[in-house]
Amino acid sequence: MDVEGYIHSVVTGGGVDGPGLRFVVFLSGCRLRCQYCHNPDSWIMQDGKKTPVSELLHEISDYKEFLAGKGGVTASGGEPLAQPDFIKALFQGCKAMGLHTALDTSGFLGADADDDLLKATDLVLLDIKHFDPAQYEVVTGGELAPTLKFAERLAEIKKPVWLRYVLVPGLTDDTDTIEKLAAYARALGNVERVEVLPFHKMGEPKWEALGYGYKLKGTEPPSPDLTAKVRTIFWSHGLPAV
Amino acid sequence: MEKFIVDRAGEVFAEKDKVLAPEVAAYIPAGKAFSGSIWKHEINVRDFIQNNVTPYLGDDSFLAGPTERTNKLWEKVSALMAAERAKNGTLDMDTKIVSTIVSHEPGYIDSELEQIVGLQTDKPLKRAFMPFGGIRVAEKACEAFGYKADEGVHDFFVKNRKTHNDGVFDVYNDAIRKARKSHIITGLPDGYGRGRIIGDYRRVALYGIDALIKERKEQFTQLDHAITEENIRLREELAEQVRALKELQAMAKSYGYDISKPAQNAREAIQWTYFGYLGAVKEQNGAAMSIGRISTFLDIFIERDLAAGVITESEVQELIDHLVMKLRMVRFARTPEYNSLFSGDPVWVTESLGGIDITGRPLVTKTSFRFLHTLSNIGPAPEPNLTVLWSKHLPEGFKKFAAKVSIETSSIQYENDDLMRQYWGDDYGIACCVSAMRIGKQMQFFGARANLAKTLLYAINGGRDEVSGDQAGPAMAPITGDVLVYDEVMAKLDAMMDYLAQTYMDALNIIHYMHDKYCYERIEMALHDRDILRTMACGIAGLSIVADSLSAIKFAKVKVIRDERGLAVDFKTEGEYPCYGNNDDRVDSIAVELVERFMKKLKSLPTYRHAVPTQSVLTITSNVVYGKNTGNTPDGRRHGEPFAPGANPMHGRDKKGALASLSSVAKLPYEYAQDGISNTFSIVPGALGKTEGERIDNLATMLDGYFAKNAFHMNVNVFNRETLLDAMDHPEKYPQLTVRVSGYAVNFIKLTKEQQKDVVNRTFHNCM
Repeated sequence: MDVEGYIHSVVTGGGVDGPGLRFVVFLSGCRLRCQYCHNPDSWIMQDGKKTPVSELLHEISDYKEFLAGKGGVTASGGEPLAQPDFIKALFQGCKAMGLHTALDTSGFLGADADDDLLKATDLVLLDIKHFDPAQYEVVTGGELAPTLKFAERLAEIKKPVWLRYVLVPGLTDDTDTIEKLAAYARALGNVERVEVLPFHKMGEPKWEALGYGYKLKGTEPPSPDLTAKVRTIFWSHGLPAV
Repeated sequence: MEKFIVDRAGEVFAEKDKVLAPEVAAYIPAGKAFSGSIWKHEINVRDFIQNNVTPYLGDDSFLAGPTERTNKLWEKVSALMAAERAKNGTLDMDTKIVSTIVSHEPGYIDSELEQIVGLQTDKPLKRAFMPFGGIRVAEKACEAFGYKADEGVHDFFVKNRKTHNDGVFDVYNDAIRKARKSHIITGLPDGYGRGRIIGDYRRVALYGIDALIKERKEQFTQLDHAITEENIRLREELAEQVRALKELQAMAKSYGYDISKPAQNAREAIQWTYFGYLGAVKEQNGAAMSIGRISTFLDIFIERDLAAGVITESEVQELIDHLVMKLRMVRFARTPEYNSLFSGDPVWVTESLGGIDITGRPLVTKTSFRFLHTLSNIGPAPEPNLTVLWSKHLPEGFKKFAAKVSIETSSIQYENDDLMRQYWGDDYGIACCVSAMRIGKQMQFFGARANLAKTLLYAINGGRDEVSGDQAGPAMAPITGDVLVYDEVMAKLDAMMDYLAQTYMDALNIIHYMHDKYCYERIEMALHDRDILRTMACGIAGLSIVADSLSAIKFAKVKVIRDERGLAVDFKTEGEYPCYGNNDDRVDSIAVELVERFMKKLKSLPTYRHAVPTQSVLTITSNVVYGKNTGNTPDGRRHGEPFAPGANPMHGRDKKGALASLSSVAKLPYEYAQDGISNTFSIVPGALGKTEGERIDNLATMLDGYFAKNAFHMNVNVFNRETLLDAMDHPEKYPQLTVRVSGYAVNFIKLTKEQQKDVVNRTFHNCM
């Protein structure tokens, strides 16, 4: 069966979305509305280009020389789990080619990922956007609980996870909450590394172009000191943070 | 011997003519005997390397930092370079002494400190006067920097001594003159030294001058009774070569060294080899004066001295650092026209590092590391043009070290050893940017390049120039329709490419005939075999523009806008079309086809001295000048906008990331572009990986993958655009900021503002 998916874009040769060099597929469609989102043009699924998975796999196969070894394919978005059947077919196809697969997700739709999808997934880049439920809603417009449930499910099946945390001054920089998140992540037992991503404003022009109100106009990227401090919190819980 | 080398260039080397020089054996260096026998009985550096090399499979932990002497000496050199920049780029010029190997008294930076000696003139950074390429050109170079050539010299040359430039213009035909004027063919070496010849400078160290002269004299005698026109020329060349070798000996003597016999230790091997190179840059102001592949050769002497305990690692690194300082100080007097084509004062002291041999054994030695390490010890620099011959079989330690140094300095280029070895064996080096040649066995007739984008416009306009309106090319029927039709455009482009190839080859044949006659490279050719392979190195610029233009014509609708002269001066495109650089076969196949098509045309033409035609897809920095001289093109590029450098996709049109861009370029067939295919790649550090280790791994993986796809070349830049913008505003903060451009590197702050902008505007792969 040739499943079709809505694709926002692809980028070849990313070095920051999983191990090694990556072929990154950005899927369109996401139900969260994160204040700092840098791809607001990927929120609406139907804005993407409808693409059969076979076509995408064919394209990927041309990059095997680069992706073999440590690298592989990363599904990002948007929210890739908004199209679970497509991701499953994509990852199964990648595994058949011997390529590593990484799922870059907020975990909000984790319940939609079935066991077969997770079986074809080598690594989950799990973005926990805030660890306080009320503040999570402020940041994303959604609930935290589904994400934590997904995180625990991944822990149970010992699926390797890289935890991602976007650091936004005034929004996600409360160190007490970060301490709690670190303790929680450590206890999961399957978090291999933590990526603290300093907030940047590269998405702002897209918000403007789409006519959405950008709330973080006055927010500056975190200082290197603050970023280092947050990484230290994770390190102090035994989690390698970059 | 060498039966393993498949000669893909179409010419068989005259091995039968090889002259044995049994007496060479008497001169083999003292100390622990080196292994092997062939090289002891004939001039054969490769055999010496094969029998004595110690491949190094480890990491960089053995390397030594700069010595105090190195730091002090580099401080002095840096001060001289700062003074040079302050004086508009030229510290001093000779205006009277015609430069030869022996024309100048010995010069020093600081004889107490320098461990490797020898300068082009009597003072550091003083540029020599070299009029044999053209007296007017040499004088113009002086005038551009506020100097005036000596009147006596002027009179002598104007009245009594014809130059290369004079000879060429005596013979040029009308078509060539028009093509030069309209810039459809640009940068021809008709007023400057052609360069791109690599003497096998290692021979000076391994054999000493006496043995080299002896070999030449025997070869001369062999031709005593074969007096054909061809052999008369050859005999005269051999005689000149012997004269040059004697001068080299005398020049070394003036520095206190007797190089008549082979070098006896590492220090001498480095010094002797450098003397050979120094002789070449005293004699010739060539467009590119590359040094070859010396590091692994030198390593053999170094290993022997280290094993004998007569030298330490720190002393070895000091010698390499000091040699590299000398190579960074090579200077030529050049005209503003030359500088606008090849900016940043490049010399292309290209040194080829690494590679593997035909049995799969790495030719990476500790000295390959030591050369790269100079970029840390004395900081980044464009020269020497360090070129890593990349093989998937290179030792991991070397791959990672090279990647690390690339990330730190953006000063390295990479070329595909697994590809080139099939053509050129395992003792080739790179001349200039991307031109591979067997060391001492092959040379090229450098041919700059033809403007393919303008050729497309000539096809549309029936040979009239889109800027001047003149009938610069052949009068053919122009396209008269309002919408461009692919098949019609292709048919006319094909005919115009015939004209271009013919005119171009005519020009090159004339140029190289005259260069041999009036500006012969005596010492460089003395360090070659008697019988060599010559290639006629043509080149094209504007490949991505023509590919994208044809794609637009084929897949979208391109309307022609004509001016009152009836000339197509602009184009309006409706609809979408694929652009080269996105790994899309629909357009990439057009680029491939253009390369093949033009090469086939060149192959059909007769060449001077039976040279084998080749072509490059390379612009150096002339992509900016080409842009200035080429009108609006159907791909939407505006008149004046720079071309993409080399084989690069046009800036900003490669939208699918680094791997897609690299994959498009990798499709261009080396078989049809054996003079090299240049690709300049820029990536921001943050996009390459989150940690230093990841960035190193990812860059090494990228090179492995790219070259596994049979790609040819990659210049690697790793920096942020912001750094460049800051350097434009505050050049004094970045005296050593080095960027890779097309096939070479430059001090960013030495580029013109226009060229700086061009570099800043290039695609920076940034996967955020």
